Amino acid sequence: MRITRYALPLLAALSLTACGINSVPTAEENAKAKWADVENQYQRRADLVPNLVSTVKAGAASEEKILTQVTEARAKATAINITTDDLSDPETFEKFSQAQNQLTQALGQLRTVVEAYPQLQSQQNFTTLMSQLEGTENRISVARRDYNEAVREYNTTIRTFPDSIGANLIHGAKPMVPFKATSQGAEEAPKVDFGQ
Amino acid sequence: MTRAPALAGGLKAWLGQWLAVTLLLVAAAHSAATAQTFPKLTGRVVDNANLLDPAQEASLTAKLEALEKQSTRQLVVVTLPDLQGYEIEEYGYQLGRKWGIGQAEKGSLEKDNGALLIVAPNERKVRIEVGYGLEGVLTDALSSVIIQQDILPRFRDKDMPGGIAAGTDAIITQLTLPEEEARAYAAKVEEESRKADDNDGIGLFVFWLVIIFFFFVIPMIHAARSKGRPYRSSGIGGITTWGASSGSSWGGSSGSSWGGGGGFGGGGGSFGGGGSSGGW
Repeated sequence: MRITRYALPLLAALSLTACGINSVPTAEENAKAKWADVENQYQRRADLVPNLVSTVKAGAASEEKILTQVTEARAKATAINITTDDLSDPETFEKFSQAQNQLTQALGQLRTVVEAYPQLQSQQNFTTLMSQLEGTENRISVARRDYNEAVREYNTTIRTFPDSIGANLIHGAKPMVPFKATSQGAEEAPKVDFGQ
Repeated sequence: MTRAPALAGGLKAWLGQWLAVTLLLVAAAHSAATAQTFPKLTGRVVDNANLLDPAQEASLTAKLEALEKQSTRQLVVVTLPDLQGYEIEEYGYQLGRKWGIGQAEKGSLEKDNGALLIVAPNERKVRIEVGYGLEGVLTDALSSVIIQQDILPRFRDKDMPGGIAAGTDAIITQLTLPEEEARAYAAKVEEESRKADDNDGIGLFVFWLVIIFFFFVIPMIHAARSKGRPYRSSGIGGITTWGASSGSSWGGSSGSSWGGGGGFGGGGGSFGGGGSSGGW
């Protein structure tokens, strides 16, 4: 009798923990934390763009078109606000991802264009901005990969037995959306080489 | 009666097939998982591309050891014969995570405070890979300046050891500056006004440095010396000066060698792609 009195709650607790009571939120929070990194890095890039645009404008005024494109792409990318709840909504996520990819592409074009302006390349301010941009693009790709990995773990957790029981009955967990490499240059930032 | 052996035979054949397919799948998964191999963390200088002679290696190691003693920050110089087809940026942060360079997250004064100087002579690429915790001090722009001004000119003159030493010195100089000076210098290099986050005054910083030095670092060194073997982290704050790493998500360096005057292992720090690269 005594033993069962202690053993039963223990058993119940154990069987509950085996059903994903803890593992599902843990995996979810982890994926959300990785998402925060992704957002931070995108924000950081958005913060760099105005500075970069004004520097390029000063040195290469005739490239008005590409500069406008970059500015517009940035405006679109920052206009889409995405909450952590949207991470399981493929449509919103896709919109966000596409807007950011467009900014990536516009910045890539800008980089190709400015190669024709050696006087710009020799400006300390410009090379500094470019190295910051390059570093940020690199961090974005690392953060995206980390997020994808966390999402994969979370999605596996909520779909596999026995965690799926708790995921469905208690948490009502929905799978999250990972990033896709939509086109060449979307996943990976174009490389810049300053010194030959 | 005749059906039973046939059935058994069929079952056997099926089992055989199943086994073969399973084995194939396991093999495929295994080869995919081990596609990227990393060199062993054999010390603070891992010269797999043989660019340095023993004396140069020893002098670099001494400098790097002094850096960690002073600041708990870990810097590792690594030369690689090939990048296995990866971009140096991609290879770099994964290597840093794999080795767990820098102190682990919890308890230490500064977490993820590791950096790598990676030289790939055959791809003609160099990279300063910066751990999360040092990104504010060793910024992308500053890393780029070090690569462009200290390292690449020497590499272009075929002076690989000179370039590596100059780059290492420049990084160490920045990492040993007091926090505020270092940040100010990084900001100056960036020519932009950073939001000053110097509310947590230098006094507090020094106070904790002293505490940590007396209560953690010295006992550890003592323990390491008196036991005649490297200190293993006992979970106190994760400040592992000598031992193999504990508790990073990528695991630390279990493969570090303990020969010589004490082995070197990463503290479990992590990397997020900070730093800068260059080619020559």
